[in-house]
Amino acid sequence: MENEYYVCTGCGLLCDDIEVELEDGKVSKVNNACLKGVARLKECNRPAECRIDGAPASLEDAIIEAARILKEADSPVLFGMGNSTSQAQKNAIEVAKRTGAYFDDTSSFCQGPVVEAILENKIRTCTLDEVKDKADVIVYWGADPSNSHPRHLSKYTYFPRGKERQRGWEEDRTAICIDVRKSDTATICGDKFYQIPPQADEELLNALANGLSGKVPKVSFGMGPKKILELANMLKKAEFGVICVGLGLVYSLEEIEPLVRLMDKLNEVSNFHLIPMVGQYNMRGSNHNLHEETGYINRVKFTGNDVEHGAHCSVVELLRARTVDAALIIGSDPMSSLPGSIAKELLDISVITIDPCNTLTSRKAKVSIPAATAGSECGGTAVRMDGVEVEFKAMTETDRMCDAEILERIMGEL
Amino acid sequence: MTNALEIYQLLPKTNCKQCGKATCMAFAAALLSREVVVDDCPPLKEDKFKENYEKLSEIITPAGEASESGMIVHTEKCIGCGNCVVACPVNVAEDPYGAGSGNAPTSDNVILRVEDGVVRLSNVSQCRRFGKNKILCNGCIVTCPTKAIEFV
Ligand code: SF4
Ligand code: SF4
Repeated sequence: MENEYYVCTGCGLLCDDIEVELEDGKVSKVNNACLKGVARLKECNRPAECRIDGAPASLEDAIIEAARILKEADSPVLFGMGNSTSQAQKNAIEVAKRTGAYFDDTSSFCQGPVVEAILENKIRTCTLDEVKDKADVIVYWGADPSNSHPRHLSKYTYFPRGKERQRGWEEDRTAICIDVRKSDTATICGDKFYQIPPQADEELLNALANGLSGKVPKVSFGMGPKKILELANMLKKAEFGVICVGLGLVYSLEEIEPLVRLMDKLNEVSNFHLIPMVGQYNMRGSNHNLHEETGYINRVKFTGNDVEHGAHCSVVELLRARTVDAALIIGSDPMSSLPGSIAKELLDISVITIDPCNTLTSRKAKVSIPAATAGSECGGTAVRMDGVEVEFKAMTETDRMCDAEILERIMGEL
Repeated sequence: MTNALEIYQLLPKTNCKQCGKATCMAFAAALLSREVVVDDCPPLKEDKFKENYEKLSEIITPAGEASESGMIVHTEKCIGCGNCVVACPVNVAEDPYGAGSGNAPTSDNVILRVEDGVVRLSNVSQCRRFGKNKILCNGCIVTCPTKAIEFV
């Protein structure tokens, strides 16, 4: 069979074996992708419109108006990035530098701390291809890929045959799930599901580290030392282990140190790696690109040649403290995703959106600029959740501009 | 899910052999594996079994919904994760480096594949639960996070 494969930009897994059928220049059928991917790759139900102050406008005028807002703002912020190509992210960083803007992405309230620890070599990681070929113990901690990254288990971790895992999942691999509720993924893990109360992750991380050091592991909730040791032993016996860290774990930890300590301990007695379950398709790319430029993965402010960094530069803090007076939001819908009390601050400042779809944020924006959908209508590169760079090409042609080009044009007007 | 015993309860239980099977229990098992159809039992069509006949027709594959092997996919539940595609032993044997390795199927002989985000069946006669040497394979059932696959 002659097949041409495309990449799905539906989530941070960037599945690279997608087949499509076209009809009238549009994607009519998407094969091998999960439902989430199909939804992303087929045209959005409501494409974004080009508007200024709610009235239809030409792309040219919208770009000029966007540049004017950024130029005149005292303190603008650029935000989003997770659903943008690496080139668009680099261009956005240039725009932020030129306008002395704050720059943040959704990782500041998602996987940021974990990616940072990996980039600083504090945590050992590996690629998903290595997991597929070698991993025998796979731990999902605070993650439910069956819903967030539907093909995670089937394409890389648990079910597929790999070079050193030829006998199939029943014999060759163990999947473990640690979570506060019995998720779909937990159901698949069967008796290897360890349920913990909310906010108990740190306690279990420490208990496991103790268990691996030969101490009796104790926790304050109803999980006996025997059960914890059984889990610790499974981890210890792994030939090639991986912990896939979900938001459940990240959110419950005040700082990342307990996780780093457990990983260190595991690597004294065993062979363990960690992969963050990055949600948006190029969230990790944004972390990498900003890190390359500034040494920080998110939450910065550019002033001349200086870069300021800290929690006060996160989009949530900026809005809460009313530090910013304009926002350029790229491929993100903070009006729907941020807590209401913070999202409503966006109503009081000049918002520009660049998005393929009509979102709550784009409807309320002062300037809404429609972009082509990366993955189906425009190509580029992105960084998969495990740090591997993936190149993708467009499936169809479009007269809509890619976000990278729109940002370049805005830059030209500045 | 239906089992052979439940089906047996609805049969005439006379072991009349008119269906070609030795016992009603054997006919029940054959019904379950789709080897025969409800109409293959002549006494069932008699008036006194009318109710049982209707019940049986209902639990045994509403025509068209289940494939010949008795496999039903509840497409409205399927999220297209592909777990069943890679777990199915026939898929692995037919296409070890495609479907069996978690990738897009590269063979026309696979049973399960995902199209437009939902699993689609083909070659069901190759399913291990079907035919003479059938076994109670459940690879696609236990790996499905949404319980979208069922055998009747
Ligand atoms: S798992 Fe993610 S990348 Fe893969 S097909 Fe589904 S949405 Fe697309
Ligand atoms: S395992 Fe279930 S949800 Fe996943 S593709 Fe198969 S039928 Fe659909």
